Amino acid sequence: MSLLRVQSLSKEFGGVHAIEDLSFSVAAGTIHSIIGPNGAGKTTLFNLITGIYTPSAGMVEFDGRPIGGVAPSRLAALGLSRTFQNLQVFFNMTAIENVMVGAHLHLDRRFWPSLLRLPGSVRRDRACRDHCARLMDFVGLGAYVDAEASAMPYGALKRLEIARALAAKPKLLLLDEPAAGLNATESREIDQVIKKVAADGVTVVLVEHDMKMVMGISDHILALDYGRKLAEGTPAQVRANPDVVAAYLGAHS
Amino acid sequence: MAKLMKARTGGMALLALVMAVSPLGFANAYYYDVAVGALFNAMICVGLNLLIGYGGQISLGHGAFFALGAYASAIGTSRWGLPPLAALAGGGALVGLLAFALARPILRLKGHYLAMATLGVGMIIYIVLKTEAQWTGGPDGVGVDPLTLAGFTLATDRQWYWLGAGLLLLVVWLALNLVESPVGRALRAGHGAQVGAEVVGVDTSHYKVLMFVVSAVVASVVGSLFAHKNGFITPDIAGFHHSIELVTMVVLGGMASIFGSVLGALLLTVLPQMLAGFDDYEAMIFGAIMMGTMIFLPKGLLPSLIALIRKKRGAKP
Repeated sequence: MSLLRVQSLSKEFGGVHAIEDLSFSVAAGTIHSIIGPNGAGKTTLFNLITGIYTPSAGMVEFDGRPIGGVAPSRLAALGLSRTFQNLQVFFNMTAIENVMVGAHLHLDRRFWPSLLRLPGSVRRDRACRDHCARLMDFVGLGAYVDAEASAMPYGALKRLEIARALAAKPKLLLLDEPAAGLNATESREIDQVIKKVAADGVTVVLVEHDMKMVMGISDHILALDYGRKLAEGTPAQVRANPDVVAAYLGAHS
Repeated sequence: MAKLMKARTGGMALLALVMAVSPLGFANAYYYDVAVGALFNAMICVGLNLLIGYGGQISLGHGAFFALGAYASAIGTSRWGLPPLAALAGGGALVGLLAFALARPILRLKGHYLAMATLGVGMIIYIVLKTEAQWTGGPDGVGVDPLTLAGFTLATDRQWYWLGAGLLLLVVWLALNLVESPVGRALRAGHGAQVGAEVVGVDTSHYKVLMFVVSAVVASVVGSLFAHKNGFITPDIAGFHHSIELVTMVVLGGMASIFGSVLGALLLTVLPQMLAGFDDYEAMIFGAIMMGTMIFLPKGLLPSLIALIRKKRGAKP
């Protein structure tokens, strides 16, 4: 069954087609990668799926219901979570607090219990803190639990965003270039994290330039160029596709 | 002992201790009078810091919310014969509703535009209080009876001091609770990275509106107390100057620091009194102190001091 279905999706920015008539679907429980040269429309596609942009035309369906144009804050409740290519970390908070914001929808968010520090509300918050500390361990940030986010290195912040997204308990996790700016060792660590996430039953959609990572962990790959679908299939199929090779290496005419 | 070292318990204990011991140094009623002013300002600033420091939203209109609370108590008690607490609560509720109605359109603005819009709201309230003389007594102001609670009348500045001290502790406790709760984290997250907060389900504008209302209600309630304590109020308390003064206290004390707000309010209330001896140079010295603080301690007094202490401690081992 497909968890995410995109049909005839288009997004125009003043005459420029960032995404044009794109259709694909993501099966539940798989790792699905989206690749393409810079400017191919990968991040725009993410922003369309996660409600940050409103589609010009077409439809996005998540878990059987249309979500085109639904506000981002409502999508989290449906089970959609993401990370960002350009970090969206809360630098005014500690690392664990960043992750705890991810669990926002699973906490007692009522005003009066929060204001009066009622025991039930505090207990749930403590349990959440423990859970979030385990999530940080899971992504390899065990050493940073009480660190200020503003004092953490770039590679750790990338993983912090993954932990925050996981704290929302998503069905679908969208990762926008999780390995960008990381060295080879850090990239392999992210590899492992993504595999573990998928093994826990979370469907992963990944935008990534690191081909070694993409080819190594993906069940399915979608290649984009100029906002259109270039190729789709298993890693082996996409790697052998002449159009993909041409888009990446330049075509011989 | 370990619990005392935590900012929350330790800070509250220190604040309680300072407030309990300070009167030993008060030579006469005038000291109490200034101290009560500082306590009142501290309460408003703690509320305002939730909005400005934690929520990232400026407001130059909170002096006006303070004034509305004061006038609600004045008109409610002397004209309608309401019990003081009912007038205080009614004023708070009205200001809360007004702030709620204003918040959605206003908080959509950012930066300078938000400052301008809140400034405008403050000015309108100021003008209304000044011109609707049949209600407010106009520019001449209006008298207010002393505060009577359950048959007991607060007559002296000393009694007001202890009431103010107790209330400040309560306000600080509530603010700390809020900041460390899911509500406070959502608020701070919306300030830190709005899109990042939205995608995990935080309705960021909801929390900004909430904090605008909460801080306005705090200002209103303190305004009511001020009216009773002072016994006389004029529209000037709704003026632009008062709002700016409150924001200055928050910024000087330290953004996103509850205890910083208390410190900022204390300093900016007491300092002008201490500098009174310099006559004509008072304003100049006052300005220089503020300028120096912001240049050398740009994060505000308390956060800068804490960072300094941590640095020294960290360097030792």
